[in-house]
Amino acid sequence: MAAIKHTLSALVEDKPGVLNRVSSLILRRGFNIMSIAVGRSEIPGLSRMVIVVDGTNTAVDQVRKQLVKIVRVVKVTDISDESIVSRELALIKVKSTPETQSEIIQIATDVFRAHVVDINPESIMVEVSGDDDKVNSLIELFRGFGIIEVARTGLIAITRGTLGPLWRQESEQS
Amino acid sequence: MKMTGAQILCESLVREGVEVVFGFPGGAVLPLYDTLPQYPQLRHILVRHEQGAAHAADGYARVTGKVGVCFATSGPGATNLVTGIANAHLDSIPMVAITGQVARQYIGKDGFQEVDIIGITVPITKHNSMVYKADDLAKAVKEAFHIARTGRPGPVLIDIPKDVFEEQANFNYPAQVNLTGYHPVMEADPLQLEKAAKLINEAKRPVIIAGHGVIISGAYKDLRELAEKSQIPVVNTLLGIGCFPESHVLSFGMLGMHGMAYANMAVDASDLIIAIGMRFDDRATSNVSGFARGAYVIHIDIDPAEIGKNLKVTVPVVGDAQAVLEELNKKVESQSRIDWVQQIEQWRQLYPTTRVRETEDLLPQYVIRQIYEVTEGKATIVTGVGQHQMWSAHHYWYDKPNSFVSSGGLGTMGFELPAAIGAKVGLPDDIVWAICGDGGFQMTIQELGTMVQDNIGVKIAIMNNGYLGMVRQWQELFYKGRYVATPLSNPDFIKVAEAYGIPAVRVESKMEVIPAIKTAIDTPGPFLIDFRIEPEENVYPMVAPGTNIGEIIKDPKCDDIALPGKQRL
Repeated sequence: MAAIKHTLSALVEDKPGVLNRVSSLILRRGFNIMSIAVGRSEIPGLSRMVIVVDGTNTAVDQVRKQLVKIVRVVKVTDISDESIVSRELALIKVKSTPETQSEIIQIATDVFRAHVVDINPESIMVEVSGDDDKVNSLIELFRGFGIIEVARTGLIAITRGTLGPLWRQESEQS
Repeated sequence: MKMTGAQILCESLVREGVEVVFGFPGGAVLPLYDTLPQYPQLRHILVRHEQGAAHAADGYARVTGKVGVCFATSGPGATNLVTGIANAHLDSIPMVAITGQVARQYIGKDGFQEVDIIGITVPITKHNSMVYKADDLAKAVKEAFHIARTGRPGPVLIDIPKDVFEEQANFNYPAQVNLTGYHPVMEADPLQLEKAAKLINEAKRPVIIAGHGVIISGAYKDLRELAEKSQIPVVNTLLGIGCFPESHVLSFGMLGMHGMAYANMAVDASDLIIAIGMRFDDRATSNVSGFARGAYVIHIDIDPAEIGKNLKVTVPVVGDAQAVLEELNKKVESQSRIDWVQQIEQWRQLYPTTRVRETEDLLPQYVIRQIYEVTEGKATIVTGVGQHQMWSAHHYWYDKPNSFVSSGGLGTMGFELPAAIGAKVGLPDDIVWAICGDGGFQMTIQELGTMVQDNIGVKIAIMNNGYLGMVRQWQELFYKGRYVATPLSNPDFIKVAEAYGIPAVRVESKMEVIPAIKTAIDTPGPFLIDFRIEPEENVYPMVAPGTNIGEIIKDPKCDDIALPGKQRL
């Protein structure tokens, strides 16, 4: 079975050390974390963690089951096959000269619908959001100008529709 | 009523039914130790090293089914517990470890004896937490015991800063726990049970593989009912020893790397594996891709993550083994599988694998058999890891659960002595034998002091061959006989025992074996026997690592004539 990218959505208790527990478990079970993002969820006291890992279906299912065993983890769903909206935010600082400045701004705002958030004579900082393909493409385009610094949030995602994954009945067995 | 954190902890332990604690004091837990005399219900046993405390709590938990409790101080005290906690984690043993931590104001400053024991034990505990306020202590203890003993049991660590032990707070012991993310599944899904029953009823050559989970959940009767009703042969894992009487006509012993040939052959030839409370460890399956290739697999386990982890499963059944088997037995048909059972019985006759050579040499197998004879199979046998462990598994007959206590998953040398202390404290009226290797014995030899101080009458049998025996065996078989770092220069164990005040004898010939065992049992308190066994005796049968379970290496010193193996009683 081929390794593919999986997106896991986890609801975890908002307690110290939970992120450490989750990330160390994934590491210990031999998986590569491509991205992990965590923030408060709609439920008081619970945070939502979106984890992107690389692995076969069976292997990722094993990770999901192991994550559920963490006492502070309430629910973990593999939402890779769901209809989801996913976004990542990135701040990109790129070198600019008076000659390239307008070109950079044009690429960012017209093509990628990004925002220019800071300009000085030698650099421009751009804020972009979208799925990771879009963020990657913009970074690739900017490489030609010289990237000074990139900061990315990691992917966040939720499923479309009216029900969240917490409320959905799901077999934990298979 | 205001109490100190230390009093709250002790009061909570009493509420949880704790009767004994294994521990070692130090600066950060001094307030707790200072409070202990106020709670005479809590018997404290002073070990000589914190690893001993964790193993003793582990041994105690295994034989009593209660939660084992150990105390240690911060820093090195806490890190010394780590091996014992990891051992309990891999073998699913309910344990609560209480560690002291530096006072809150010093946390994160690399203060004297500070270590992040929460961070260190995240991968080897079922749960752990630091308690920052005395107000939160009672709840933390209640949750710890609940988590440790329910579902798939495991160790829980609570780290408590020194000043939290001293802080005053109100004591309110919670009546119940409410953990959002913790709900062990006990009852199986009826649809899965239906499928499992159908597979069992249709199978021609089913085999039950019974593991530690059968013992943990207390499913002996239900397992026996399933086996007898449907005439299914039972093999067991190392930690499953005792979950099904070995003298039973449907019992075919242990499978795996040092399993019985006929047990492995039965699994290899089966068309259905019913795995109960076991996790397809590589020591049981050997090469997993070559394991029971022609068989469907029903996997019953309380931990959903175990299912499909190592082996592809046909029917997963998540739930407590006892509850699952009780329901399953209602759906399984009575039937006779006489041909299949006879086939395995025939293999058992053709390939007896626990024979003892006729020789004047002092063979370890012979020693274990005599311990069995003299104790009439009623002792609790505690082993470490290595050759002596496998000989103990092979040559003693286990008919009752928890009569074989051993370090399975982690394979911890030195487990036997402290675990036997815990077992004897848990079962003061039973005869407890610590069967040791000479290597492992020296890893926790200091616990002889614990035995003497608390008069814990463990009988110690050292299988002394002057080698790290199992490693030497691997060097002989797989590293062309290069014995690197395995010959062992030992102290005079008799003098060591006597220095601690423990009576001891050395046994060098067969005729001395039985009298020595009898003397050990008749002498009150601890007793040590140094058995000078044949130095290069190996453990057979064996399946070489990475090969298929049916490819069995037989003892080259035994000819092919069938000598009696483990006999029916």
